[in-house]
Amino acid sequence: MKKLFLFVFALSLFVIQTTHASTPKDTLVMAFNIDEIISLDPAEIFEFASAECAANAYDRLINYNVDNVSEIYPGIAESWDISDDGLTYTFKIRKGVTFASGNKLSADDVVFSLRRVVLLDKSSAFILTQFGFTPENVKKTITKVDDYTVKIIVDQAYAPTFFLYCLTSTAGSVVDKKEVMAHEKDGDLGYGWLKTGYAGSGPYTLRTWKASEIIILDANKNYWGDAPKLKRIIIRHIVGSAGQRMLLEKGDIDMARNLTADDLKSLEKNEDIKIQKRAKGRVYYLGLNQKNKYLKIPEVRQALKYLIDYKGMEQTILSGKSTLHQAFLPKGFLGALEEIPFSLDIEKAKALLKKAGLENGFTLTMDTRSAEPVTSMALSIQSTFAKAGIKLEIITGDGKQTLTKYRARRHDIYIGDWGPDYMDPHTNADTFARNPDNSDDAKFKSLAWRNAWDIPEMTKKADAAVLERNTAKRARMYLDLQREHQRISPFVIMFQDIEVVAERANVKNFILGPSFDSNFYQYTTK
Amino acid sequence: MSELLIRTRPIRTLKQTVRILVMVATTFLGLLLITFLIGRIVPIDPVLAVVGDKASPQVYEKARIAMGLHLPLWKQFLIYIGNVVTGDFGTSVLTANPVIDDILRVFPATFELAGTATVIGILVGIPLGIFSAVKQGSFLDHVTRVIGLFGHSLPIFWLGLMALMLFYVRLDLLPGPGRVDFFYEGIVTPVTGILTIDSIVAGEWEIFRNAVYHLILPASLLGYYSSAYLLRMTRSFMIEQLRQEYILTARVKGVKEWKVIWGHALGNCAIPLITVIALSFGTLLEGSVLTETVFAWPGLGLYLTNSLLNADMNAVLGSTIVVGAIFLGINLFSDFLYKVMDPRAR
Repeated sequence: MKKLFLFVFALSLFVIQTTHASTPKDTLVMAFNIDEIISLDPAEIFEFASAECAANAYDRLINYNVDNVSEIYPGIAESWDISDDGLTYTFKIRKGVTFASGNKLSADDVVFSLRRVVLLDKSSAFILTQFGFTPENVKKTITKVDDYTVKIIVDQAYAPTFFLYCLTSTAGSVVDKKEVMAHEKDGDLGYGWLKTGYAGSGPYTLRTWKASEIIILDANKNYWGDAPKLKRIIIRHIVGSAGQRMLLEKGDIDMARNLTADDLKSLEKNEDIKIQKRAKGRVYYLGLNQKNKYLKIPEVRQALKYLIDYKGMEQTILSGKSTLHQAFLPKGFLGALEEIPFSLDIEKAKALLKKAGLENGFTLTMDTRSAEPVTSMALSIQSTFAKAGIKLEIITGDGKQTLTKYRARRHDIYIGDWGPDYMDPHTNADTFARNPDNSDDAKFKSLAWRNAWDIPEMTKKADAAVLERNTAKRARMYLDLQREHQRISPFVIMFQDIEVVAERANVKNFILGPSFDSNFYQYTTK
Repeated sequence: MSELLIRTRPIRTLKQTVRILVMVATTFLGLLLITFLIGRIVPIDPVLAVVGDKASPQVYEKARIAMGLHLPLWKQFLIYIGNVVTGDFGTSVLTANPVIDDILRVFPATFELAGTATVIGILVGIPLGIFSAVKQGSFLDHVTRVIGLFGHSLPIFWLGLMALMLFYVRLDLLPGPGRVDFFYEGIVTPVTGILTIDSIVAGEWEIFRNAVYHLILPASLLGYYSSAYLLRMTRSFMIEQLRQEYILTARVKGVKEWKVIWGHALGNCAIPLITVIALSFGTLLEGSVLTETVFAWPGLGLYLTNSLLNADMNAVLGSTIVVGAIFLGINLFSDFLYKVMDPRAR
């Protein structure tokens, strides 16, 4: 008995004497909400955190400069050219690139990767299939010319940047054909394995992914470009801003990715912490369902746009995390409209409602997912609507629950956000300003469709803009489109998202790009 | 007479076994039906969880059919039962792994936490309970009972956050959330899944130390809850026993007081106590849901919470069934112990 006591005593001493250790010099530890990740296969990745990981673990044919998006620079492709008719793109593949597995990268891998996206046809596949690639025709449209040349034929003479930007997205990642096919099962092109596996050539390799728990990336020893500075990146899933802030202040993590405006404010005074910001493409908006008898009246839509306290929300609820923006193309995109025509103007709204014969008020519901900042935004909107006699009932629900209702077009108003899928303006024009078929069983279901907004004319304009090969003219077309959209659409676009990262003062060169798949770790040091 | 008894005993045992089996099967079927229906009634589209918000209608429809959601509800249920019986809980949307693999991966973390907590609960709760019963009505008895009452009524997530604030943020005595410092994660290859054991197996003493260090706070908290419960139960069992005549007899016979308490009285409490301990362990397994969230402890509770928040119905159903099965198992086990230890219960 006495011996046991001594043992326990010794053990506890051994344990208690541990001093508080900070994170190792060669490892970056960040807290990040990663429970949305459902796959690590670049042919399927479509979530923020996984897209960021893929950007650091896979190479793409081409990339854009994060500081000047219009500049596209070589990745795996050394050079490229476009035929005069605008249909054929030829890429020269860089020699001497190896995958993390040690396999050599050649045209075969590029062709395989792009075809694979089309054949698997997962959620993100449309980024490529919108150029006319189908499982039946990929053998003809995406082909190898020789070991280091790839030829791609698109179905229409699109604006070249449209196709090139799409190739810079995650779906354009190049995977290791040999490695993937070694794990193929029942003709699944290695999908079952790559969902949790890794077969890339980027600066970091994906070593571990435990869903809703952790992602570990290790430096790729075979990387062909500048060697990554840090040996390991650890992304730990921590729910909630308070927890992330606590860990950051204690130095148990180097970086917190999901802090609320409140927590950020209180960190501003802390000298050990610095805050990095970058405007992202995501926009916050209200979707007004045109199946609702009030919302389909143009004056009502117009009035609601004057019943939002944009400035107030920007300064309080969204302080430092969003910036005022009222057009469907976010700042930083070609042709983005930066005019702010709407502000809180209750008298004007009342006059508009009177014109519609609704001066005595009416009731609407708004589906709101129970997550900040949208819940706070909803409360602000409720109070300003009330000033013009509109009673707004807020229906809160879990994110997937409100989304289910929205997708079925059973909402009155939906408050949500939308992030662009690639850096070309068509990404948002496609969803906010196109609705080729407004029937309930339409094949193409854009946000315009979800709000039952029937717009054959505007759809034609958006289609014309994506085929305009003169960049300046194309930008003008988008500006006009947005002005019209701003005036008449059932979308109340309010804010553009700013990504904010709080990091320990010793962390340097964590690169925040304009899109969630352009945040880079390669040059980060601490 | 005695011959008759001997002959009917195997039949009785057989009958009992059948009865227990039928009971277990019905409970299980009920559990399956309820969890299945909850999963289908909630107004959340499970296909969304698989394909995401931006999928095209074609991709969406393909996934819906692959998940069998186009079939009538009763057919889906039959298929589901068939799968569960063969140990197939389906694939988790969130992790892309078979649910059963996920559960096997996360369960040891919960087991480690709940196990440690139960040991703490026993070591603290039972002696205090005995003490309280013996010194009934004394000042210390009241203090102990108040502490017990707190343990029974304070919400654990609140207490967890406060404890983190105090011991981690302010005093810097204990580490923060997680099973181990984050940069130690993924180094030890899981053998048992219980990190304190695996790190010893791997010879990673630093990680072992770190893991024990991380275990202290959450396990003590859960242990506190369990000890509060054990304390109250032990106290009432002991008070009841100490009133019995055999205790008086023993004392009259001059048996030493410590032997009367720890031997005679506690010996007779042992059987109900075992049931109570087993049940409290079971409660900790499921009750650690909130603790695991507060401490970012990657166990079954956190898995269940995440799956719920992400509408990952296969994972939710799978974990619920596993927790239900463990509870059934614990109940059967304590019944069995009863029979082994108490001749009267045979």
